[in-house]
Amino acid sequence: MNPRHYELSYLQTLEAESIHVFREVAAEFERPVLLFSGGKDSLVLLRLAEKAFRPGRFPFPILHVDTGHNFPEVLEFRDRLIKHLGERLIVASVQDSIDAGRVTEETGPRASRNRLQIVTLLDALAEHRFDAAFGGARRDEERARAKERVFSFRDDFGQWDPKRQRPEPWNLYNGRIRAGEHVRVFPLSNWTELDVWQYIATEGLEVPSIYFAHSRQVFERDGMLYALNQHLPLIDGEAPFEASIRYRTVGDMTCTGAVRSTAATLEQVVREIAASRITERGETRADDRVTEAAMEDRKREGYF
Amino acid sequence: MALAVKANGHAPVPARAGELLRFATAGSVDDGKSTLIGRLLHDTKSISDDQLEQVVSASERRGDGYLNLALLTDGLRAEREQGITIDVAYRYFQTRRRKFIIADTPGHEQYTRNMVTGASTADLSIVLVDARQGASEQTRRHAYIASLLRIPHLVVCVNKMDLVGYDEAVFDGIVEELTDWATRLDVSDITFIPISALDGDNVVERSANMPWYGGPALLYHLEHVVIATDRNLVDTRFPVQWVIRPMDEEHHDYRGYAGQVAAGVLRPGDAVRVLPSGMETSIAAIDGYGGALEAAFPPMSVTLRLADALDVGRGDMIVNRDDPPVPARELEAAVCWMGSQPMRPEARYVLKHTTRTVRAVVQELEYRVDVNTLDHVETSELGLNEIGRIHLRLSAPVMVDRYRRNRTIGSFILIDEASNDTVAAGMVIHASST
Repeated sequence: MNPRHYELSYLQTLEAESIHVFREVAAEFERPVLLFSGGKDSLVLLRLAEKAFRPGRFPFPILHVDTGHNFPEVLEFRDRLIKHLGERLIVASVQDSIDAGRVTEETGPRASRNRLQIVTLLDALAEHRFDAAFGGARRDEERARAKERVFSFRDDFGQWDPKRQRPEPWNLYNGRIRAGEHVRVFPLSNWTELDVWQYIATEGLEVPSIYFAHSRQVFERDGMLYALNQHLPLIDGEAPFEASIRYRTVGDMTCTGAVRSTAATLEQVVREIAASRITERGETRADDRVTEAAMEDRKREGYF
Repeated sequence: MALAVKANGHAPVPARAGELLRFATAGSVDDGKSTLIGRLLHDTKSISDDQLEQVVSASERRGDGYLNLALLTDGLRAEREQGITIDVAYRYFQTRRRKFIIADTPGHEQYTRNMVTGASTADLSIVLVDARQGASEQTRRHAYIASLLRIPHLVVCVNKMDLVGYDEAVFDGIVEELTDWATRLDVSDITFIPISALDGDNVVERSANMPWYGGPALLYHLEHVVIATDRNLVDTRFPVQWVIRPMDEEHHDYRGYAGQVAAGVLRPGDAVRVLPSGMETSIAAIDGYGGALEAAFPPMSVTLRLADALDVGRGDMIVNRDDPPVPARELEAAVCWMGSQPMRPEARYVLKHTTRTVRAVVQELEYRVDVNTLDHVETSELGLNEIGRIHLRLSAPVMVDRYRRNRTIGSFILIDEASNDTVAAGMVIHASST
C-alpha cells in the first residue's frame, strides 16, 4: 500500500481535526452553544458544524451578542444565513444589558461597547446554562491567543486563568466541569487567516458584503480608517472622505477599522491576505491597542 | 498524485504528500530557542510588520539591548516579566514546499507537562544544544521526552557554533556523545545540524562558515523529511464519537456513526467488527458532507453506515476483523504526571481513551525514570512532571494498541474526579484482558 495515495491536503487536515472537536463537544457537554459574530471565522464554524452533524440538526443553538453597533449588512446576512441553515438563533443584546443596569455605557467620542459585551455574553451563558461555547478565535491572531488551549476552561466568573490551563495532550480533550463553570471551545485554533479565506473560497461560502472592496465615507483616527456612522461622533479636525475600502475583520462599527483595498472577489481577497505584511488585528482592531496585554486582560475577564 | 479525495462535496484538492509538518521545539532563552524560531519566521518572511514593530519597541522599553525575539512567542504577561516560556505557544508559517505548525514549548523542568502537551502531536522535535556546553541535562530530558512520545523524527541543533569558531571537532564530539547516549532511547531518525541561530548559519541557508558540514540547512530538512510513512494504514481503528440520527422524514432510517479515522483505510463493503461487543458486520457506506466517499483514512472525519442494525454508540470502536485491538481491563503504561498532587498506588482516576471514558485504579507504581540518567528509580509516589511506569486496573475495557504501534489508540489521559484536572498523559506499553 502506497501511503502517498492516502493523503489529505493541509486544509482537509485542519477541517478533519476541527470536525473532531465539534463532535467531542456535542458528545461530552449537555448544553453547548455556538457563538456567532457574522465574521468570516464564525462562517467557517457553521460550515464545519454542518459537516460534523448533517444530515442531522446541530445539537446546539447559535448565539449572537448584538452590541447594537453592528454593520447593518452583517445583520441582514446573519438572518438570511440562519434561515437557510434552519437552525436556532438566540440574540443577546448589549442594549438590554444597559437598559437593565447591568453595564454602563461608555461616553465620549472613543466610547465602545467592546468591553460591555463581556457582561452580556456571560449573562446569556448563565441564563441558558450553557456549559460549552464554540468560538472562532485562532491562535495566529494574537500572542495571548497563541497560548490558549482548544478547550479553554472558564471558572464560574467566566474567567480564563492562563496559569491554570489544563494539559491537552494528543486530541484527548477534558471537558469535565462543575456547575456554573464552562468551557470555551476553539475549533479553529490552528487555522490562520489565510487558511480561513482559502477555505471560504474552496467551499464557496458566502460572506458579508463588507469583506469586499466598496466605496464608503470614512474618516481617519489614530492611523485607522473608520466608517462614518451615527455611533462615532467626529472629533475636531476629523474630516470624512470617500475611499475604496474593505473590512478584514467584522466587529463593531466603533472599533473596527477598514483597509484600503480594491479586492472585489474572493480570489482577490485571498491574494491580498497572502501578500499582507500586517496582521488582521494590528490593522483593524482598536481594542487591541490599549496596552501590550490588552487581549490577555480581556480574556481573563471572560472575553471571547 | 494522490487519490482524489472527493472530500465533502467540493472539488478535489490535489493533496501533496506531507504538506503539513508539525514540529516542537523545546528550550529556554539561553539555548537560543526563541532566536531560532525568530530566525526561521523572519527569514521565511512570516513575521508581520506590526508584530516586528511591537517587538522592537517592547525590546527598547525593557532595555533588552537587542531585538528580543522571545517577545514574539512569549505571549503571556508572566512570561515576558520572567523572561521564560511557561506554556506552549503555537506559531504558523509556510514555504513553497510545506506548511508548518510550530509548538514552541517550555524547556524548564517545572513546565514539562506543557512541553508534553505541545509535543504530543508533533511529527518532528527540535532539541537545542549549546555548542559551548555540550549536551546538558535539559537536552537529554527533551530528547528523552521526544522519544517517549514517539515523535518520529528528532533533530539536534548544535547552536552557537559561531562561539566555538565553527569548529568541526566540537560538533563531532557532541554528535558522538549524544549518539552514544541515544542508543538507549527509542529514536529511529536522529539528525544533527550545526547552526548559529543568531547569525542564521545553516538555519535557512547553508553556511559558508562550515564547509566541512555536508548536510542540509535546518529549513531544507524540515521541508523534505518524509512523514507520509509515519501513519498506520494497516490496522483499522475507528472510534465512534457521535451517532447521527436525524429522524426527519427524509432520513427516517438514517443511522450514521461519526468519528475520525485513527488508523487504517476503510472502504464500503469492508468486513468489520464492533468492539467491545464483538459483533460483526460490514461497512455499507462512508458519508462525507457532499456525498459518499470511496475510502476513508487518517485523519479524516467521516460518518460510517453499517450493513446491519446493531447497538453501536459513542465509546465503541469499529475495527478490522483480522487484527483487532485488545479489549483491555489492565494496562501497563508510561505516564507523565501532570497533577499538582502526586500519584500514589491505590488512587482512583477517570481514564479517557479515544472516545471512551472509564474508571481506573493505580495497582502498582513500578518505577520513576530519572530522565537525566534514564535509570529506573523505585518510588512510592509520582510527583508533578515526573515520568514513571504504572499498572492500572479499569472498571470497563478499553480497546487499545500499544502506543508504539498507534499514537492515537495507545494514548490516554487521567482526570482527577475531585478537581476535574487532567493529571496524567499515558502511553500504553502492554495491555491484557483479565
